[in-house]
Amino acid sequence: MDSTKNTDVLDLANLYKDSVKADDRPGFSGFIIAKEKLFDIAKDLRDKYGYDYLSCVSGVDYPETNSMEVVYHAYRSSGGSALVFKTQVERVDPMEVPSLISIWPGVDLQEREIWDLFGIKFAGHPDLRRILMWEGFEGHPMRKDWKEAFYEEEAKPLKSRWPDGNHKYAEAKAAYGDNINFEAGFDPEKWTPTDPEEALYSALKKYQTEDVDGIKTDHLLINMGPQHPSTHGVFRAVVILDGEEIVSLKPVMGYLHRNHEKIGERNTFLQNIPFTDRLDYFNSMYSAWGYSLAVERLLGLAVPERAEYIRVIFGEMSRIQNHLILFGMLWNDLGAYFTPALYAFEERELMLDIFEAVSGSRMMCNYHRFGGVVRDIDPASMQKIKELVYERLPRKIEEFDRLLSENEIFVSRMKGIGYLSPEDCLAYSVSGPTLRAAGIPYDIRRAEPYGVYDRFEFDIPLRYNSDLLDRYLVRIDEIKQSVRILQQALRDIPEGPVLTGKPSYQIKVPAGETYGRVEAPKGELGYYVVSNGKGNPYRYKIRTPSFVNVTSVEKMCVGTKIADFVTILGMVDIVLGEVDR
Amino acid sequence: MYGIGLIKGLSVTLNRFVESYTEDIRWLVKRYAKVDFRSSKDAKGTFTIEYPEQQLNIPEEFRFTPFLVYDEGENGEKNIRCTSCGICAKACPPQCIWIVRTVDPATGRPQPQPAEFYIDADICMNCGFCAEFCPFDAIKMNHDFEQSSYTRNLKNKEILLQPASYYANIRPLNYAKEEAARAEKAAAKAAAKA
Ligand code: SF4
Ligand code: SF4
Repeated sequence: MDSTKNTDVLDLANLYKDSVKADDRPGFSGFIIAKEKLFDIAKDLRDKYGYDYLSCVSGVDYPETNSMEVVYHAYRSSGGSALVFKTQVERVDPMEVPSLISIWPGVDLQEREIWDLFGIKFAGHPDLRRILMWEGFEGHPMRKDWKEAFYEEEAKPLKSRWPDGNHKYAEAKAAYGDNINFEAGFDPEKWTPTDPEEALYSALKKYQTEDVDGIKTDHLLINMGPQHPSTHGVFRAVVILDGEEIVSLKPVMGYLHRNHEKIGERNTFLQNIPFTDRLDYFNSMYSAWGYSLAVERLLGLAVPERAEYIRVIFGEMSRIQNHLILFGMLWNDLGAYFTPALYAFEERELMLDIFEAVSGSRMMCNYHRFGGVVRDIDPASMQKIKELVYERLPRKIEEFDRLLSENEIFVSRMKGIGYLSPEDCLAYSVSGPTLRAAGIPYDIRRAEPYGVYDRFEFDIPLRYNSDLLDRYLVRIDEIKQSVRILQQALRDIPEGPVLTGKPSYQIKVPAGETYGRVEAPKGELGYYVVSNGKGNPYRYKIRTPSFVNVTSVEKMCVGTKIADFVTILGMVDIVLGEVDR
Repeated sequence: MYGIGLIKGLSVTLNRFVESYTEDIRWLVKRYAKVDFRSSKDAKGTFTIEYPEQQLNIPEEFRFTPFLVYDEGENGEKNIRCTSCGICAKACPPQCIWIVRTVDPATGRPQPQPAEFYIDADICMNCGFCAEFCPFDAIKMNHDFEQSSYTRNLKNKEILLQPASYYANIRPLNYAKEEAARAEKAAAKAAAKA
């Protein structure tokens, strides 16, 4: 799996001798760039060396060495492994590193996230506001010294649970008010909040024109969401309209934020697996895969053949049902209320029945373990999968295709809407079907194969118009390819064990860092995991496709009608459990 | 011609519309047997299950909040399998298992019996780790998902305890496997002694 590593990676330390050094901490890789030079070198990386896709930006806090680190994972869209480069700042407020937003605009939301959670400023970012926490929140929660309400211990397992585990409710331990810190002399009675929306509204492009006849035209500000049926969750978009046309748009999120990453750092490695199910709750079979992949790399653990095939089988089934939900919900948004949605749900139901029989739960599967999966597929479920894959699905996809794809009303709502040029797709770090609808054949299953994907014959569906219709058609093609992969996997799956080693609830992971990424149904899902050799991850960062893909929504929407926002967002395919984390 | 695609799509809807009636008539008498058909590859017609009159079959591996297993003694006493080793409490991701170990008042040494065993079912995320890692098969995942309540759902030892026969009933395959393993172990032990 790692055979491609280091062969095609640039040796930055040699190229820029005075400002770059290789990261030689044990288990770490990549290059540390002096922050003064970061911007210039990053520009070279894109323009000279072809790293046109910046996938993931993560912050890491190292209080022991009194530094904070920003880690970048850059790729070439032609394929290959990551170029990892980092920059460090001294851990004294205010911390500042240059923003790379003018090189890769896709870092926009990710840099805001790091500012929000770590308090690292990005010089040159035009709109550096909090993103997941609310304006007015005190502190930066991902710093190691920040403690949440009802904090008990640095890491689980908590000592209060055993052997003297007299149950206490959390609020009984810290009564209301006890866990709140006020500044000295703060009087809640006299406090008037500054309007948190002011900064948001002022980040939007406004305009006012005076007509020749002396009639003034003014902009119109509309809040789509947070409670809006089209956003499929609590997502809000603030738009400025000129008549019906979108002039400017800002996504607002974080309503479902639970600081998944902080929870993840308190958890043991194993305990994170069921938590990954809650990210993209439609695809828990896939979310856990990325995480297992990352930790297995750290552990140097091989996965048995059969387990690899099982992962593929459930991963592809997951992809099919994800796309089906998307179509169903898209039609809801377009006004064909619930008939197509429920048709789409039928196939999904049958698949969830199988998930339930094998993993124990329909959506919160908790099925992956490090070094395999938790249990084998029982013969009855195997039979059901085969019936689905060989008989029912091909027929049903055909029917679904007939139901929707040529419908004139549908086509006229989709064709030519939401265009994003291929260059912009890459610049905005767009991943998944949206990228492939712009004619860029980038699919991690091919670009950097994981699992046993290199054994299957399948095409990467491509379309070239980069509009909504093509994004839809790419997904239809993807379903067909998934069925193809499934048929091969079911044909070739070997007998054997499904888990390496004995299942254990305590796992010590060797120190080091890793980035495990998979082609989830919604796009690139990556886990950046740092271990310091203890039982809990030191850093557990998730690059979710939904979150990063939202960056490009403004670009797609400007110039279209407000009604099209609904379909554009629908086709970006976000799920809020993953956006807000 | 404009409208062909629409008509094509509507033909699918029409077909489904008719099917929903023909299928209903077909299953008129055996309404409750329809559930199996609805979960099969040939499923068509109305897909919705009329819960709670009809219910989908619960697969053996289905997991919902855990329960504690006890073996019934000859005189009806409850032999709790749990030894309060604490593994489940340590493995539990949201840390919702609270165990008080029994301590022998005379010697002060811990005894293999939980004095108290709580599971905060409001916090439990039904992950199944407790059942997976318990070395004594003492805690298992339940099938009873109808647990809505007006108050908080903190389960103590009395509520959690269920006889091994209940376990054998909801998870027959797993139960048989574990019993076989146990018998094998006992046989090996006896052979080693002899
Ligand atoms: S239920 Fe099992 S794992 Fe938990 S304390 Fe009892 S014996 Fe140990
Ligand atoms: S099922 Fe999971 S969350 Fe619930 S008690 Fe067991 S280990 Fe804890």
